[in-house]
Amino acid sequence: MNYNKIIKYGLTAVISLAILFFLQRLLVPKYVDDIVEGAFVAEYYEEVKDHDVIFVGDCEVYETYSPLVLWEEYGINSYIRGSAQQYIFQSYYLVEDTLRYETPDVVVFNIQSLQYDEAQSEAYNRMTLEGMKWSKTKVDAINASMKEGEQFLDYVFPILRYHTRWSALTDADFQYLFDKKKVSHNGYYMRVDVKPAENVPEGRPLGNYAFGENAWKYLDMMRELCEEKGVTLLLVKAPSLYPYWYPEYEEQVEAYAKEHGLRYINLLEDADAIGLDYSVDTYDAGLHMNLSGAEKCARFLGHVLSVEYGLEDRRGESALDASWQMKKEAYEAEIAAQKIKYGIEE
Amino acid sequence: MLFTSYLFLGFLALVLILYYVLPKRAQWPLLLIASYVFYFAAGAHFLLYMFSTTVTIWGAAVLIDKNHAAQKAYLKEHKEGMDREALKAYRSSQKKIRFRYFLAALLVNLLVLAVVKYANFFIDNVNGVLKAFGSGEGLSFVNIALPMGISFYTFQAIGYLVDVYRGNTPAEKSLPRFALFVSFFPQVVQGPINRFGEMAPTLYAPHGFDGRQVSFGLQRVLWGYFKKMVIADRILVAVTAIFGDPSHQGAYVFVGMIFYRLQLYADFSGGIDITIGIAEALGISLRENFNRPYFSKSLPEYWRRWHMSMNAWFRDYIFYPLSTSPALVALTKAVRKRFGAGAGKRVPLYISSFAAWAATGIWHGASWNFVVWGLTNWFILMLSEELTPLYARFRKMTHTEHKRSYDVFQIGRTFLLIGCVNLFDCHATLGSTFRSFASMFTMNNYHIIGDGSLLQLGLSGLDYVILAGAWLLVLAVSLVQRKGSVRAQIEPLPYAVKYVMFFGLFLIVLLMGAYGVGYDQSQFIYNRF
Repeated sequence: MNYNKIIKYGLTAVISLAILFFLQRLLVPKYVDDIVEGAFVAEYYEEVKDHDVIFVGDCEVYETYSPLVLWEEYGINSYIRGSAQQYIFQSYYLVEDTLRYETPDVVVFNIQSLQYDEAQSEAYNRMTLEGMKWSKTKVDAINASMKEGEQFLDYVFPILRYHTRWSALTDADFQYLFDKKKVSHNGYYMRVDVKPAENVPEGRPLGNYAFGENAWKYLDMMRELCEEKGVTLLLVKAPSLYPYWYPEYEEQVEAYAKEHGLRYINLLEDADAIGLDYSVDTYDAGLHMNLSGAEKCARFLGHVLSVEYGLEDRRGESALDASWQMKKEAYEAEIAAQKIKYGIEE
Repeated sequence: MLFTSYLFLGFLALVLILYYVLPKRAQWPLLLIASYVFYFAAGAHFLLYMFSTTVTIWGAAVLIDKNHAAQKAYLKEHKEGMDREALKAYRSSQKKIRFRYFLAALLVNLLVLAVVKYANFFIDNVNGVLKAFGSGEGLSFVNIALPMGISFYTFQAIGYLVDVYRGNTPAEKSLPRFALFVSFFPQVVQGPINRFGEMAPTLYAPHGFDGRQVSFGLQRVLWGYFKKMVIADRILVAVTAIFGDPSHQGAYVFVGMIFYRLQLYADFSGGIDITIGIAEALGISLRENFNRPYFSKSLPEYWRRWHMSMNAWFRDYIFYPLSTSPALVALTKAVRKRFGAGAGKRVPLYISSFAAWAATGIWHGASWNFVVWGLTNWFILMLSEELTPLYARFRKMTHTEHKRSYDVFQIGRTFLLIGCVNLFDCHATLGSTFRSFASMFTMNNYHIIGDGSLLQLGLSGLDYVILAGAWLLVLAVSLVQRKGSVRAQIEPLPYAVKYVMFFGLFLIVLLMGAYGVGYDQSQFIYNRF
C-alpha cells in the first residue's frame, strides 16, 4: 500500500470515527433539564474523594438527606451515590466502585431495594450504570443488571441504544454536548415545593414477602466488602410513606441486622423524633422528601453518625471549608431558583 | 444468531479476518467450522438433523457415483461381447440399484422433513376428521422445534442428489466438503437454494484477498441491512397491528396488504443481499434470488423474478421431470389424439405445474393457507396463460402495445394481484383470509387512509416519512439496476463521493434502523419456511 493510500484510508477512518463520536455525544441523554436523576452517578467522579460517609440506594436516599446540613451541623463530609430505582446489586457495585477511590468511615445503604431480586427496568439500569466510570466493577455491574433483551455492547457504545433519539433532540443536547452543569448537591436531589401526604393507601397483600436470594446475596457481599475494608455499614429505611413498607419486610431486615451485628434505622418509625410533618416535608404526597424533610432527616441521621459512630467534625479543614462554601452558594442559589419556579414566597 | 445481532456481526468479522489470514488450504475447513458453530448457536440438537441429511445424501450420492463408474468400466470391458438385449438388461439392472440408493436417501430426508415440519399439520387434520365423525378424542400434537433452514438445506441437498443420480454432477467424495455445501452459514438461514455444480468451484477454491471483491460484498451486506432494518422491521409493526387484530377490515386490509408486500420484499431480498454479500466477500458465488420483481407486468413474469432459486428448483426437479415422465407423455398423446393438439399441449403443463405449485405451497408452511396460496398461484398462472392471446388482441385493438402507461398499469395490477394472493400468508386460517379479502370490497372505510387512523398502528408520522424516503431509495436503486450492477456504476465515482454514499447509508442504518431496546429483533420471514 503506497503512502497516498495510507493517508486516504487513515483520513477516512479518522473522519468516520469523529462523526460517530460526535453523534454519540449528541444522542446520549444529558439528564440536565428534565430527568436529572440519570446524571447523579457520574457527578461523583468530579469530587475530591475524601468522604466520611457514602450513601447508596434508590430515590429514597438521594432525596432524603441533605449533605450540606451534615456538613454545616456536624462537620461530616458526605456524598450520596444514589440513583433512580437503584437495585441492590447496583448499590453493591457502587460501593465497590467508591472503594477504588476512597475508604469512607460509614456506608449508608437504604434497604428499600431489597424487595427487587432483579432489575425491573432498562431505563433505570441506564440511569445508574451509564454514569459509572469504566472498570471491572462497571462491567460486573452491567452484567448483574442487564434485563433480557439488553446488550452489553449498548453500554459500551451508547449510540446503539440511543440511535433513535435524533427525533427527540432538544436545545440541551447541543448545549451540553461536551460539558454538563451539575444537577445535584453532593448527590442530593433538591425539591423545595410541597405536596402534602393525604390518604396514603395501605399496601395490598402480597403472595410472598420474602426477599429474593439475589438480594440477600448482594447484601451479604456488601456487608463482607465493608468488613474487609474496615467500613461501617449502616442500614436505613427512608421515611417515605409509599411504596408501602410491609411489616414482613421490616422483620426480615431486623433479623438480618441482628444476626450480623449491624445497625438498622427505620426513619419511618422515627418520624416524630425527626420532626417530620408530612403536610410540609414532602413534595409528592409522601413518596419523597422535599428540602425541608431532607434537612430534618440529615439532622437526625447526622446526630447518629456523629454521636453514636463518633465521626470527626471536620469543619475547620481549609480545603473542605472552601469546597463546602462553594457548594453552599450553589445550594442556596438553587433554593432561590426553585422558589421562583414553584411560586413559593419567602 | 440473528443476522441483525451484534453477535453475528462479531462472528462475521472474525470469520472474514481468519479467512484471509489463515493459509488458503484452511479456508473451506474454516467455513465448515464456522457454519457448524453458527448452526450450533441456533440449537445444538438441530445439528443432528443437518448432519443426518448431510450423511445420507452424501452416502447415497457416492454410491450412485460409484455405480456409474463401475457401469462405465464394465461396459468398456464387456460392451463388445454383449448383444443389445443384454446391454439393455445390464443398464436397467444398474439403474435400479442406483434408484434404490436415490430413493432411500430421498425418502429418509423427506420423512424427516415431514415429521418435523408437517406432523402437527397432519395430526390437526386427522383430529378434524375424527371430530367430524363424532370422536371426542383426538391425537396429541407433537412438540418438535423446527430446525433452522431445514427446508432450504434439505431441498438444496436433494437437488444435488438428483443431479448426481442423473449424472449431471459428479459426487463429492469428501464428506466434510459436502457438509460445507449443505451448511454454508450465510445461506443456511433462508437460501438461496444453490446447485452443487455452480457453487462448488468457488466454495472450495482458495481465495486471495481481493479488496474490491471484499468491498463489493460488504457494500451489498450494508444494502441488505438497510432493507431489513430500516424498512422491513419498521413496517412490521403496522403489519402486525393490522393482521393481528380481526377488527381491522376493509381499508385496513388493503393498507396491510400493501405494507406486507413492501415488508416481505425488504425482508427477504434484504436477507438475500446480506447472504450473497457475505459470500461475495469470501469470494464465493451464489445464485441470485431476485430480479426487481415489483417491476413485473404479469404473474408469470413475477415468478421468474421472485425467489428465483426456489422456483428454479421446483421447475427443474418437479415440473420438468413430471411433464416428461412416461405416464404424462402417454396421457398427452392420448388427449391430443382425442381432443386435438391444443388440449394435448395443455395436459402436461396443467398437471405438472399443479404438482409444482402444490409442492411450493406446502413447502412454504404446514397449513391449508399455504396449500391454497400455491394453488391460487397455479390457477392465476394458468388463467393468465389462457388469456394471453386475448390480452394481445386487446392491446392491438386499443393501440396500447407500446404505451408506457399500460406498462405502468400492468405493473400496478400485478403488484395488487400478488398482494391479494399473499393475504393467505397474513392469516392463520382460510376463513379469516377470505373474510379479509372480501372486506376490501364490501367495507367503505377508506377514509382511514387520510384521517390519521394509520398513526394508530404503532408507526409515527416520522416513521412513515422514513419509510417513504427509504422506499424511494430502493426504487431509485432498482431503476439504476436496469443498466447493470449498481456497485459497478458507483465504482468509477470519486472516492469522496463514494465515501459519502456508503458512510451515509451506514449512518442511516445506524440511526434509523429498527434494532435494540424497544424493538423486537425479528427473524427473517423466510426463516420459518
